[in-house]
Amino acid sequence: MSDEPEEIIQTLPLDRWHRALGARMVPFAGYQMPIQYDGIIAEHLWTRESAGLFDVSHMGQLLVSGGDADRALEALLPGDIVNLGVDRMRYSLLLDEQGGILDDLMVTRLPGAGLFGAAAFYLVVNGATKADDIGHLHEYLPEELTLNHLDEQALLALQGPKAVDALARLCPGVAKLVFMTAGAFEIAGVPAWISRSGYTGEDGFEISIPAKSAERIATLITEQPEVRPIGLGARDSLRLEAGLPLYGHDLDTSTDPAMAGLGFAVPKRRRAEGGFPGAPGIIRHFSEGAPRKRIGMILAGRQPAREGAAILDGDIRVGTITSGGFSPSLQVPIAMGYVDAPSAELGRALEIEVRGKRLDATVAPMPFVPHRYVRQGS
Amino acid sequence: MTTYYTDEHEWISVEGGTATVGITDYAQAQLGDIVFVELPAPGSNVTKGGEAAVVESVKAASDVFAPISGTVSEVNGALEEDPALVNSAPETDGWFFKLSVADAAELEGLMNAAEYKTFCDGL
Repeated sequence: MSDEPEEIIQTLPLDRWHRALGARMVPFAGYQMPIQYDGIIAEHLWTRESAGLFDVSHMGQLLVSGGDADRALEALLPGDIVNLGVDRMRYSLLLDEQGGILDDLMVTRLPGAGLFGAAAFYLVVNGATKADDIGHLHEYLPEELTLNHLDEQALLALQGPKAVDALARLCPGVAKLVFMTAGAFEIAGVPAWISRSGYTGEDGFEISIPAKSAERIATLITEQPEVRPIGLGARDSLRLEAGLPLYGHDLDTSTDPAMAGLGFAVPKRRRAEGGFPGAPGIIRHFSEGAPRKRIGMILAGRQPAREGAAILDGDIRVGTITSGGFSPSLQVPIAMGYVDAPSAELGRALEIEVRGKRLDATVAPMPFVPHRYVRQGS
Repeated sequence: MTTYYTDEHEWISVEGGTATVGITDYAQAQLGDIVFVELPAPGSNVTKGGEAAVVESVKAASDVFAPISGTVSEVNGALEEDPALVNSAPETDGWFFKLSVADAAELEGLMNAAEYKTFCDGL
């Protein structure tokens, strides 16, 4: 017998629904997940021009509640949580004592007596890290706070320029939400916590619903003419084009918010006051510049470079690719990686080593494909 | 012309001393949208079971193995401009390379079409 426990692959609430639609299922983050239905490129392009429904029920939905939950969260996250308004959400990072990134997440301040019943914060964390995140929060949050794992909730993402048309038909009122705000709604009588947010760079929504109603709601949404179901494969190519990092690849404990180029997640007040894990080092990296930086690259030719490929500047290895693939929208290979700071300037010519060959690459601004969020006042 | 199949989902069509190699329809369906094919250099030698080409889908790179040993005589230049030929016509226009057969005895042990179909049905 081995000491290593065998990885148990679980199923998600929509497992049967995906299979009925012809999805190819693969293990991901401990779950059977749909990697694709019709093909990654077709699904990717459909999302960019119309709307795609993604099942992201593997992600962890958590509730932190109790008095001073905002201050308690600020001890673990570098974001401005205290001044976060009701129904507003922010991207933030769970940090270790050295300032390394344990996970990235979305945090929303819930109304006093909202869907989940108490003054509280709703957190969405990555599926592969949720067990560790829960352990970390249990260990470091004050005992008087309550941490709930909302594991009876499914999570759907409806993304694309026509997402609002499709969802507003089922749920009038969602059109009033702007990017990074959320609220309690009903879809066909089912309570839904809906935010205007996502992971594709497009306008869109994330929809938290009870798992027992997930099939019915997913069917209703995909019955809208704008909407097709989209798998994890296109989710990855869409987020790469949008320049959004993927935890476990582009972010891990060897990276901090300054290296990762996530300055917006560490606002001025937090940089001045500190008080989050690893603050001294992170603040120094922001003020003096990080020794290595996350960059985007566009490759010459058609050959993609993958995670792990070496990045060279002249004859010197300066870094490593952390995500790479072929951009269906731009029809060129694109990549993300970390390089030593002097090699990170926009426009710099670098080379990427793939199977003994060197591919030409140029440091490019991210996002590769412009974001099309619907912001306040727009 | 006789076509043989490997358990790694390559096909090889042999006519006289020359063989054409590609990946099967089953393989292209598993890989999904193909965006790049790295072909061996003409004149290079490939070894039975050794890496001969790499096929890149949107998501990942996969090795293509030589079904038999030989010297690469020609590669399919059309794949450079249109790698999606591997998806649309994997066993015809989407061929990868031709080679001069080093040892025809290496073809023994490969599957015929019926055997390969049974093999795929069991996967």
